[in-house]
Amino acid sequence: MADAAQNHIVGEHPDLLPPKTEVGVWGWMYHNLFSSPLNNFLTFFGLFLIWVTIPPMIDWLFIDADWVGETRDDCGREGACWIYIGVWFKQLMYGRYPDEDLWRINSMYIIGAIGLIWLVWPNLKYKGWIGVFMLFLFPVACYFMFSGGSFGLERIETPLWGGLFLTLVIAVVGIVASLPIGIVLALGRQSKNMPVIRAICVGFIELWRGVPLITVLFMASVMFPLFLPEGMNFDKLIRALVGVMLFSAAYMAEVVRGGLQAIPKGQYEAADSLGLSYWKSMALIVLPQALKIVIPGIVNTFIGLFKDTTLVLIIGLFDFLGMAQAVATNPDWLGFAVEGYVFVAFGFWVFCFGMSRYSQYLEEKLHTGHKR
Amino acid sequence: MAADPKQVSADVSVPPSKPAFWNDPAWRAIFFQVLVLVGVVVFAAFLVRNTLHNMESRGISSGFDFLSKTAGFSIGETHFGISYTEENSYGKTFIVGLMNTIWVSMWGVFLATILGFIIGVMRLSTNWLVSKLAMVYIETIRNIPLLLQIFFWYFAILRPLPGPRGSIQLSFPIINFTHLIITVLVSAAAIFLLWWIGVKKRYDADQKAMPLWMLVIASVVTVLIIGNVVSLVTGFGLVAQWNESFFLNNRGLSYPQPIPEEGFAITGWAVAIGVVAAFFVRRWAKKRQDETGEQFPVFLASLGLIIGLPLVIFIFSGLPLHFDYPKLTGFNFTGGSVLTPEFISLLLALSFYTASFIAEIVRAGINAVSHGQTEAARAVGLRANPILRLVIIPQALRVIIPPLTSQYLNLTKNSSLAAAIAYPDIVLVFAGTTLMQTGQAVEIIAMTMAVYLTLSLLISTFMNWYNEKMALVER
Amino acid sequence: MAEQSIESSGQDLPAEGLVIGEEEVIKIVDMHKWYGQFHVLKNINLTVHKGERIVICGPSGSGKSTLIRCINRLEEHQRGQIMVEGTELTGDLKHIELIRREVGMVFQHFNLFPHLTVMENLALAPIWVKKMPRRDAEEVAMTYLKRVKIPEQAKKFPGQLSGGQQQRVAIARSLCMNPKIMLFDEPTSALDPEMIKEVLDVMIELAKTGMTMLVVTHEMGFAKTVANRVIFMDEGEIIEENEPEEFFNNAQHDRTKLFLSQILAH
Ligand SMILES: Nc1ncnc2c1ncn2[C@@H]1O[C@H](COP(=O)(O)OP(=O)(O)O)[C@@H](O)[C@H]1O
Ligand SMILES: [Mg+2]
Repeated sequence: MADAAQNHIVGEHPDLLPPKTEVGVWGWMYHNLFSSPLNNFLTFFGLFLIWVTIPPMIDWLFIDADWVGETRDDCGREGACWIYIGVWFKQLMYGRYPDEDLWRINSMYIIGAIGLIWLVWPNLKYKGWIGVFMLFLFPVACYFMFSGGSFGLERIETPLWGGLFLTLVIAVVGIVASLPIGIVLALGRQSKNMPVIRAICVGFIELWRGVPLITVLFMASVMFPLFLPEGMNFDKLIRALVGVMLFSAAYMAEVVRGGLQAIPKGQYEAADSLGLSYWKSMALIVLPQALKIVIPGIVNTFIGLFKDTTLVLIIGLFDFLGMAQAVATNPDWLGFAVEGYVFVAFGFWVFCFGMSRYSQYLEEKLHTGHKR
Repeated sequence: MAADPKQVSADVSVPPSKPAFWNDPAWRAIFFQVLVLVGVVVFAAFLVRNTLHNMESRGISSGFDFLSKTAGFSIGETHFGISYTEENSYGKTFIVGLMNTIWVSMWGVFLATILGFIIGVMRLSTNWLVSKLAMVYIETIRNIPLLLQIFFWYFAILRPLPGPRGSIQLSFPIINFTHLIITVLVSAAAIFLLWWIGVKKRYDADQKAMPLWMLVIASVVTVLIIGNVVSLVTGFGLVAQWNESFFLNNRGLSYPQPIPEEGFAITGWAVAIGVVAAFFVRRWAKKRQDETGEQFPVFLASLGLIIGLPLVIFIFSGLPLHFDYPKLTGFNFTGGSVLTPEFISLLLALSFYTASFIAEIVRAGINAVSHGQTEAARAVGLRANPILRLVIIPQALRVIIPPLTSQYLNLTKNSSLAAAIAYPDIVLVFAGTTLMQTGQAVEIIAMTMAVYLTLSLLISTFMNWYNEKMALVER
Repeated sequence: MAEQSIESSGQDLPAEGLVIGEEEVIKIVDMHKWYGQFHVLKNINLTVHKGERIVICGPSGSGKSTLIRCINRLEEHQRGQIMVEGTELTGDLKHIELIRREVGMVFQHFNLFPHLTVMENLALAPIWVKKMPRRDAEEVAMTYLKRVKIPEQAKKFPGQLSGGQQQRVAIARSLCMNPKIMLFDEPTSALDPEMIKEVLDVMIELAKTGMTMLVVTHEMGFAKTVANRVIFMDEGEIIEENEPEEFFNNAQHDRTKLFLSQILAH
């Protein structure tokens, strides 16, 4: 093969560097930006787009923006007025929750954050116990801390709740409560030998999945009072929460069903052959596996629900967006709606983007764990 | 049970013995189901009893009689040529709301699909910058609540605009059609010649072809020269006059409304004929290819038939169409048509938001076609265009269409956020205003939900049908 | 088991009688290829004459696939020259098209089009590339389906066939374009043992017709009986090439010996 003129021993050809056009900055630019006339055009067009959008945005957001001051007069009209956000920060975060009681929310935030990080962090011990605590004890503790009325804490009515705090309450309660309902519904939908139960579950799931959340919230706010026996009444937040729960339980059921279907038939058969009863085989063999598979799906449902909680402002609750909307109409601070929206958008974006990255990471981990 | 089956003669089969009924799974299932059913019925009866009692004590009537009562409120905008006044009934309110929902959803689906496909394809581009720009779009837009985006467009962009007197105006040239047609035709011919001589012939003869930039510059120069020559010869320029035609202000976007004149119907017919003809051309081309192997540029021909033919007929029938331009009279615009700020905000937010999801679906669909498919198609000598058309798109569409339809459904359900900025969709005018006035919550919410449920049912029926039809045959 | 049957059926292969033409159908000179910084193919020199049957072997990752994929430009090389049928492979689309018509390729994972029937898979390229009438294209397709011994599967979809059948369809699909050279990239390594033979038999039949073949494979029985030349690659280089007899009995290079001892051990 190789001609005699080769100046190396066969089998010991050195690794050479590729031609200049292949590597380095130039090679990269050639391959990824300028590989064809069309790509040249697209690259220049993209650069143009960036040129016209990004610098003005940076100017407005940072350079021309006003950061320090107390009143609207401290704000020039060139850039963003972050003073506005500063002034209304407490309302945007907590609504009208009394100042001297904010520690109740903050301390639960800290406990919740520690618990979550513990659960999310790879390879920590006692995850099971922390999980049980977060799912069962923590919500109860939150209830007593937030609404008060016992343990010497002053009672704080829900109309005072608001801002990001309310958004988190609705989203978290919605997802935590919908999980068990969703599991039951999914199991019901999968049960082959009980047509009546199956029909009821399918009907329930498809009903809530087929209508927009806003009609559910309307229903919760105008129809629930009619459903209840006379004299019995819940406050608006509870009604909204029930609506959100029913709604997200239906979506959760479908996520869990996906997990149940992904479990190989052999697992069901193995459980049967061990002589486990239906409930035992579900609780010990099937559900633990199925729920693990669907964690990314649950996180995605949570993202959807988190964004959807903004709808509660339509029935008169002041969540994060609702609060921004409310303070924007304050006569002393008219004309800063954009700042409010940008701030709220940023808040939502950080949460949603973070969670979606986390769920992607989980998905990849699951995939590699299963396949290779 | 344990009897050896060989010992049982064929005609005497021994039935397996039955377990006691409380241990029999079949009985247990029935018992359990009866229990649940009774529970559900009792709960439902409890709710119904309470509801009836509550309605009676609050003096709310029941039944659907209210649908024929006079509504007594007006609705800001109606579509599909429906007219609505305060004297109309609640039933009509329902119809108008429903039509407004359909109207905004229809346009939303249209725009979101186009934008979503463009961004999805951009995301897959080999151009790093383009791909990253698409990624930034997707990751930003889909992680911000839709309602916030609607508010942004409405309260931050459109409502703060100046009033009609301070409108942002956009002028459009009124084009001299004769000039345009002559220039376009002559230029097209010239550019084709240029390409033929400079690229095609040389390429076929294995000579170095004219570089692209030279072709582009030459084409531009040719068009400019021809345009000016035409102006000189005919004595009139390309632009007859500039006309202020679009006005954007806090009451919406006013735009010229095309008004067909007598004879425009022919153009309409031409479109119909073009569509039918294109269909037949396609069939003919397929048949001819099957028989002789020769290929026919079906796409170009269809384009010519569906757009070109009506255009030619439109021109030769004496341009029977004029525009009614909006005019500022007093404090408002008369003439033309207007898109309300509510509609624009809702439409833009819905389209941008849904497009970010569609883009991901498109990307996933195309990625789902393995690279091996493209390689195999290349290896047998197919070119880029047929590879796309015959191998990639048919496979990608199977993956894309089901989630795409559910995005359409989501868009339609999301259009209910209209209520937050007072676009008069079904939720606002029916589940909102009508409910408030009549108090008949049960009937109204049920009707509103039924609308969306029907739609979901239709779409999921379609999806099941499609999935069944398209499922790849496996063993 | 598969190996034995090949050797026996290889007996009637007119290896001696078949004249290897002088015509050089593939000529690769000083060819190099990089993936980014990674030097995958180093100084490849290879000439293939008409009718030659070449088996390429070597450890996984040694660049065998990359080499044969360069021959029909599924991958591009960065230095040196590749001439196929007298046409040099460059970025020129016309040359690439020309060469792809002359060169058929069979992949490890078949790569049949799952949405088309077997018949449509076969007729696709003749119709769209060669501009054949459908009837003729289907006739050609049927001829080759008969050659690979599955004419009765024409109406089925690829997903309904076994792996061996799918690979035979893939071979027939390439043959429908009437190529002068066939490239095989580990055509049997994704198959269950009992299906390997049916595919190798088809390849042996093909060899008998005088087709120029480049086969990446680890089926040493096939190499011994069918190949004119065996090429051993390692770390992107052609280490050794020889006639099968010499190659297997009298390997020159240590790496070749090591490889052979590993592959023939089981
Ligand atoms: N598309 C690619 N990008 C980067 N490296 C690649 C690519 N394809 C193959 N390689 C690397 O090139 C080497 C040779 O690959 P290949 O030709 O497939 O080996 P073989 O077929 O001999 O097993 C391997 O190390 C592989 O990891
Ligand atoms: Mg390989």
